[in-house]
Amino acid sequence: MSDIDPLKLAGAKAKGKRPWFFEDADVERVMNITLALMQEVAVVRERLDTVERLLERDGAVTREAIESYTPSKSEADERGLMMQEYIARCLRILQQDREALTRGKEASSEEVADEFARTD
Amino acid sequence: MADTQHGPSGDISYDGPPDYRAVGRHGVYPETSHDEIARFNFLAQMNRHLSTKLMPGVSEAFETRIEPKRETAYETRHQVRKDLVKDPLFQWWSALRRATMENRQQAGRWVTLRQAEALNAKVHELTDGDPRLKLDPDFTLPRGVCAIDHHCMPGSYHFENTPGDITGPANYDAGIFATTGGMLGRFNDGGGVAVAEWVKKNLGADFKPKRILDLGAGLGHNVLPLAEAFPNAEIIAVDAAGPMLRYGLARAKTMGIENVTFIQGDVASLSQFEDESFDWVQSTMFLHETSYKTMPMIFAETQRLLKPGGIVLHVEQPQYSQDMPLFEQAMRDWDAFYNNEPFWTKMHEIDLDDWMVKAGFAKDDLIHGGVAAIVDPDIFPSAAEDTEQEDYGRKAAWHVIGARKSA
Repeated sequence: MSDIDPLKLAGAKAKGKRPWFFEDADVERVMNITLALMQEVAVVRERLDTVERLLERDGAVTREAIESYTPSKSEADERGLMMQEYIARCLRILQQDREALTRGKEASSEEVADEFARTD
Repeated sequence: MADTQHGPSGDISYDGPPDYRAVGRHGVYPETSHDEIARFNFLAQMNRHLSTKLMPGVSEAFETRIEPKRETAYETRHQVRKDLVKDPLFQWWSALRRATMENRQQAGRWVTLRQAEALNAKVHELTDGDPRLKLDPDFTLPRGVCAIDHHCMPGSYHFENTPGDITGPANYDAGIFATTGGMLGRFNDGGGVAVAEWVKKNLGADFKPKRILDLGAGLGHNVLPLAEAFPNAEIIAVDAAGPMLRYGLARAKTMGIENVTFIQGDVASLSQFEDESFDWVQSTMFLHETSYKTMPMIFAETQRLLKPGGIVLHVEQPQYSQDMPLFEQAMRDWDAFYNNEPFWTKMHEIDLDDWMVKAGFAKDDLIHGGVAAIVDPDIFPSAAEDTEQEDYGRKAAWHVIGARKSA
């Protein structure tokens, strides 16, 4: 048996003090855990896609077939596009932050409501 | 994502990393399961998303709400960075980029550590007793190598979990696809291929090197294309990290490349080699891993080792010249401060021409150029044609600074 413990060592900390970007480190910890979950859902989704394609092709699926599956160029492109769509969906709030930056000052719905309620 | 159906995706054409299964599998490449591949696929896509969709927002935030608040003009890139780190968009981009790098390390380390025994045995069998592997059991690692774990890679280039352990380099090799989104090509050698072609095109057919030295070779991915381009040349690859050299020789052998010798050594002091014994000295994305103390020594050693008429080439990301906007300089410093590349920032402000001249090269003999990774464009994204993605400091396009030693 190897005396290397992969589970313990895989996630080891790199030498050097870690930089934190958010004022509240707990927010960054939650973001890290959320991102890891996002990654693992992506893994499950790719596996499901493989299973579906194998079922369509062979009418049956084995774990061995999943492991040896290689997508064609067009299949890989479809899966790449699916992943891009998925990431864009998950990080939607940041896209909107970016769009807000370049829009200048926008009125809130509350302010517009006041404007529409005016009769003068 | 459930909305995406199989079959043609309407009018949307795909522009992004290839599937991980396109990577080249040499004889000591770690095995990867379906889900481990899917994890690398996600990480490559995530890096691509961060550089193309989120990072441009940092530039917009700088222009619309950071710089306008500043009362006096910026004088240094560090002033820019100190304001950037207070901005929410920079914070989110940075936190996600750092987390993606840490996740990439974990993903790659899991792959290699779970099969450590088999990988280590395979590499041992391929390298044991081979005279082309010269390790020094008394070697002391330079501080530049062991002060901090480079790019958040636990154990950096040198650590061995057990004697002879090569899981570190195997992780580097298997996971760099995720960091670069496939930009380096099948064998992560797009940089080396570009250097070999650049030399053939720019130095003419009469440049026929017999002996080539690669400094800071790592696992040899950048030097193997030189060995293939000049199959009759003897190639010496020097690095401080034993595991990289061990893995590098095994990797090269299984790729059918037999003319490279891997030697453990300190590139600042290469007394094992005679004066004027090389036709070509090369370093590729290596100078930023050194220090102010060692760089002049490396340049001086290079001058000593070159035969008259021989060439030295250093391939690096562009220097921070006066023409480069301070915002770009601050963004290029990201890896220095947040991805454990400590020398990256100071190295890029050096006047490299001046340092080369101080090392003894004539000003008129200096060489300047640029290269972009050369990959199979049917499968891999081409850095030369990619105008959408800048990804400061990580784009697979580099500057060349070098010299020809006066004959």
